Amino acid sequence: MDQPIEFQHKQSAHCENGVVSNLLRFYGINLSEPMVFGIGSGLFFSHMPFLKVGGIPVTSFRPLPGIIFKRTSRRLGISFERKKFRNPKKAMEALDNNLNQGIPTGMLVGVYNLSYFPDAYRFHFNAHNLVAFRKENNTYQISDPVMEGYEQLTYDELLRVRYAKGIFAPNGHMYWVKNIPKNIHLEQAILKGIKQTCKDMLTIPIPLFGVRGIRYLSRKVRNYPRKLGVRKAASYTGQIVRAQEEIGTGGAGFRFMYGAFLQEAAQILNKPVLRDLSIELSGIGDLWREFAVITGRIVKNRNSLDESYDKAADLLLVIADREEAFFKKLKLAVS
Amino acid sequence: MKAKDVPQDDANMLQGKLREPIYSLDENGNYTTVQSVGWNPKNEVMKEAWDQVNEKVENARKKVLSGELSPLAYYIEKNIMDIGLVANYMGIWRWTVKRHLKPKFFARLKEETLEKYARVFNITKEQLIDTNLLKSEK
Repeated sequence: MDQPIEFQHKQSAHCENGVVSNLLRFYGINLSEPMVFGIGSGLFFSHMPFLKVGGIPVTSFRPLPGIIFKRTSRRLGISFERKKFRNPKKAMEALDNNLNQGIPTGMLVGVYNLSYFPDAYRFHFNAHNLVAFRKENNTYQISDPVMEGYEQLTYDELLRVRYAKGIFAPNGHMYWVKNIPKNIHLEQAILKGIKQTCKDMLTIPIPLFGVRGIRYLSRKVRNYPRKLGVRKAASYTGQIVRAQEEIGTGGAGFRFMYGAFLQEAAQILNKPVLRDLSIELSGIGDLWREFAVITGRIVKNRNSLDESYDKAADLLLVIADREEAFFKKLKLAVS
Repeated sequence: MKAKDVPQDDANMLQGKLREPIYSLDENGNYTTVQSVGWNPKNEVMKEAWDQVNEKVENARKKVLSGELSPLAYYIEKNIMDIGLVANYMGIWRWTVKRHLKPKFFARLKEETLEKYARVFNITKEQLIDTNLLKSEK
């Protein structure tokens, strides 16, 4: 297969960062995935017991889909054109129109029917991002940020995923770069991004979010085996680790990726303290990984009562303390 | 995490279709990415989640074969869907889908409704109504 050269694809851990990073590179702006993630304040924590997916409460290490995208473009002053369509045929026509003009176009899609995805990741998640950059004989050349190389989708396949149904139904949503300012104020954008993350992690006055959310989850996990029974307790705890490690986090619930961002930021802002903090965050990420190890064991022995729930809950408290101290230091470093 | 410690525990979760980048530190304390094929704790929780799905599929299969439910029940579970999502794809009410789960009502469905259901599940109409197919299915 000949490699298309007009759109340079780079794999990323997370689709939203990856699409923004890849689209901007096309227009000559080189921002790494961690950069986009950090400017968009992608790091977060929330545990929402009343919001259930597949019957299991949602734990998330990132804000709602679309938010990173929105914040990053706003902070860099880049404007995107966005469109949704009732009529699937019109949505495909509009895409073809864009591609004819050589405009790489981002789209929201559902992953369930993405043929190139591994089966284990094909569930009904509708806020995945990818870019189409060329059409040939009814086949679209696709740059999907989580894949290593270029992919292809036929007209019918693409139409199907653009019109996936359910929560966050994309409705043919597509977007492309409209305007890039002459001067991009990267330093300012980075500072804004960091400040918001500190705020999100430390000061939201609802106990489900940020550091308080981690403590809340710790209490929940401690009670899971008593309240839910062994099987369900294992599923609930396993779900936390799935959110933490499954496709798109770069490891440890985005903590490692955010570390990479801080390290880059240290250089751009000329603040060596951020580099020290980036190493510290890698250590906190290691604690999250340890939590995953304990959970993995719980899930493996799911048919017998496992005594590790207390250990897991204790570890979450340690993580919460470490993150609280960490984000206080980070806040100080950028104020 | 150190780059050299990034786990490579392959449980064929990614079926060789991709490796996932993990951010980690090289020997000089600089962040870098390392491609990983998997990690045991993660493989474990993913397997568990899929075991749950497969259990539901198997239950539905038995109920369809015993005549308690219509084939829809099997294909809904098989596609990790629920009644709400199917209703959404079909553009009909939830309770209508619920009704179609009963073999009695399913048997009376129009050709075009069957076609539409089949399209949602990415199979043919013939596959949808042929419960013999489910006998060998594991």
